[in-house]
Amino acid sequence: MNKYMIYLNKKRCIGCHGCEVHCKTNKQLPVGPYLCEIRHDPLVSVKGVPKTEFAFRSCYHCDDPFCVPICPTSAMIKREDGIVYIDQDKCVGCMACAGACPWTIPQLNPETRKAVKCDYCMDRVDAGMKPACVTKCTTHALKFVTLTEV
Amino acid sequence: MKKSVYSICGMCTVRCPIRVETEDNKVTWIEGNQHLLGGALCAKGSAGTALVADTERPQQPLIREGGRGAGRWQKVSWPTAYDYIADKMKKIKKEYGPESVVLSSRGGPWQNMYKTFIHAYGSPNYTNHDCTCGRNTHHASLSVNGVGRKGFIYDIKNAKHLVLFGRNMFASLQIALNLQTMDMLENGGRLTYVDVRQTMTGLKATRFFQVRPGTDYALALGMIHEIIRKEAFDGEFIDKYVTGFDELCYFIEQYTPAWAAKECGIKEKAIKAFVEEVIEDRPKVIFHPGWNLSRYKDSFYASRALHILNILMGNIEQKGGLLIPKGPGDCGVKGIRNLDCPKPDIKRADGVGWKYKHFDKGPGLSHLFFDAMRTEDPYPVKAWIAMRHDPFCAMPDPQRQKLLFDQCDLLVSIDTHYSEFGWYCDVILPESTYLERDNPICVQKGLKPRLAVRRKAVEPEFDTKPAWEIFKQLATRLDLDEYFPYNTIEDLWKWQLEPTGYTIEDFEEKGFVSLTDEPIMYDPDNLENQFGTPSGKMEILSKKLDDAGLPSLKEYVSPIKPAKGMFRLVYGRSAVHTHGHTINNPLLSELMPENSLWINTRAASKLGINEGDLVDVTAEDGSYGGTVHANVTDFIHPEAVYTVHGFGRQIPLQNRAYHAGLSDQKLMSGKLDDWDQAGGAINLCESFVVVRRSVRNPKRRVEL
Repeated sequence: MNKYMIYLNKKRCIGCHGCEVHCKTNKQLPVGPYLCEIRHDPLVSVKGVPKTEFAFRSCYHCDDPFCVPICPTSAMIKREDGIVYIDQDKCVGCMACAGACPWTIPQLNPETRKAVKCDYCMDRVDAGMKPACVTKCTTHALKFVTLTEV
Repeated sequence: MKKSVYSICGMCTVRCPIRVETEDNKVTWIEGNQHLLGGALCAKGSAGTALVADTERPQQPLIREGGRGAGRWQKVSWPTAYDYIADKMKKIKKEYGPESVVLSSRGGPWQNMYKTFIHAYGSPNYTNHDCTCGRNTHHASLSVNGVGRKGFIYDIKNAKHLVLFGRNMFASLQIALNLQTMDMLENGGRLTYVDVRQTMTGLKATRFFQVRPGTDYALALGMIHEIIRKEAFDGEFIDKYVTGFDELCYFIEQYTPAWAAKECGIKEKAIKAFVEEVIEDRPKVIFHPGWNLSRYKDSFYASRALHILNILMGNIEQKGGLLIPKGPGDCGVKGIRNLDCPKPDIKRADGVGWKYKHFDKGPGLSHLFFDAMRTEDPYPVKAWIAMRHDPFCAMPDPQRQKLLFDQCDLLVSIDTHYSEFGWYCDVILPESTYLERDNPICVQKGLKPRLAVRRKAVEPEFDTKPAWEIFKQLATRLDLDEYFPYNTIEDLWKWQLEPTGYTIEDFEEKGFVSLTDEPIMYDPDNLENQFGTPSGKMEILSKKLDDAGLPSLKEYVSPIKPAKGMFRLVYGRSAVHTHGHTINNPLLSELMPENSLWINTRAASKLGINEGDLVDVTAEDGSYGGTVHANVTDFIHPEAVYTVHGFGRQIPLQNRAYHAGLSDQKLMSGKLDDWDQAGGAINLCESFVVVRRSVRNPKRRVEL
């Protein structure tokens, strides 16, 4: 059972793409890979106002991730709290994980030649903080949620 | 070593408060100041790290070797560059007088430094970029309220209804106000949005008026008419604080909602329904008077109408309305010292103050210097120092500007990046980026006024200098040292803070010094003397306009329709770029590498243009054109095409930005003289362009 998720309050989201850059700069990623993204559907007129819904996507941190068993070097690891992350020391950049992922979430960092993906900024989470995208969201639309079993 | 420093962002001129973490002189984290923004920051703010690391910016002073704009530069030391400029300035002073030097900047809290420099040198000609930004709004506010456009702040959080005429605030971000607006909407507040196209701001609206381009004034008049007819105004407030209301009632009679609806291409019943909402929400209704309203021939009058709508609401100094910003004096404390030198008693070359008496003399109007360059009347203009200002990116028709600037013996650009103007200059002085420099302390007025300061987070990556040092060094060489009483920034801060009793250490805890614990409000029943107009009241009829031979209540004139195959060019901003400043930023260019052309679906279909096609966009006289992808959408008026400003740059050293996208200002050929005689700003949306499906759309491709 995953302990965390990132929730987007669509009413507050303004599609400014801040989260994408907050993430990239925190992970010091070069031009190329991006670990989260904001998308929106084409506009539709609702009661005279053209509207759309925003969607935020990073990694789903699946309960039973395909990317973990396929990794030949055991670099892809699912933690107790559900966070799926890549041990950069073990990763050889073969990108088998990306092939196994139904959404091709893991991407190649062209500078390190290793795979990168969202890990909910686990170093920050472990230090009691929130992921970069949530911490700096321009309109406080993103929330880092701790799930509890009912 | 890890460090954390509070500072002020510099990616755009909103200057949000930030906190920066560094390790071994590298920026590792930037966030919005937790005390003021709860950490919130935009994409541009985070991309500050990429600005510091960007090698495609000037890395040491450069002096031109070849012809202007040829891009052949000699790398020189700072003393050499300072000497070069100072020698030229001395020579110009001797030959033409000091008044022939103009200095332009981007306004803001540190302009007194630049102003002091040019005034001390002997020239009255300090100017800024505002003729392509908020000048119409500023002059409109002055004429009605007797205070400039920053004479009010907007209590959006507590408002019930925010009305935005083209103020696309979720793309032209101001995080503190954006957060307030979101909170207002969450509390059930209403947002009415007026524009020629749907925007990120309009998406959040509860009511949207997609108007014909150039008809904002008509809609505002229609609203005034209906509000007066329904007696939905605050009569008590008007009796007490407003003059000219009867004349307004007489004037507005002809501008019915039915008329406005027809003129704007919207529904009459929607205007009436809007006014019904206003009746429910008053006085907590804010009509934003506009920001960059340097757009249509009547934008000044549109802004005046928006100010008049606020007057009708009686929302001044009311919770959820327009509030008067408070300063140190309101907190019973002394303000800071600022560099200062009285303006020399010489006529301004732009004519402001003597030829044009109804304009604010402070920064004048930068576009009116071109006439002086051309005619040498009242005297020749021989040098232009641009401090972070980029005339070629801001004002129309850089092609023509170049010919006029060729009258100058010295052109200097001081900027963190290569500006289009800088590329044409004789000297480029590279300023350190905002993360690599300190700035003087500034006062931030508001309900809770505070002192704030920008602090250096890292040492400069290249051989760049902060502005305080650049101006000090130039001043020393020109024997103006007495006006710059410091050697280090610490000296300057100490001198600034001396009357206040604070020290620079007081800024370390939160990044600012709050001058009051509780918000300060004036008594709304006692607002006499708050308005700087001749009568001390809010004036619907302005004597200043009258004296200048201009009407206070101008009859509406319908904007011309574009000729067949042509479109009115409308520009704007995106949330990930700041005009031309950030186009070459690696992380922002990754998000938005080029602009596109928005075109209405029906209009596109007539021209055989499909979504994603390449389109050729050409100036009316054919002198400039570019090719970009079409964004075909229902949600733009058929008369208009829209593009994001700042693209189409022509600096070869900016790899990512070079020739990427389309330059709106280059399409405004022949429009340098098309300006608002009443408001002073340039009419940037009075250009028409030809749009064709590009022949560059691939049909087949052969490789030999």
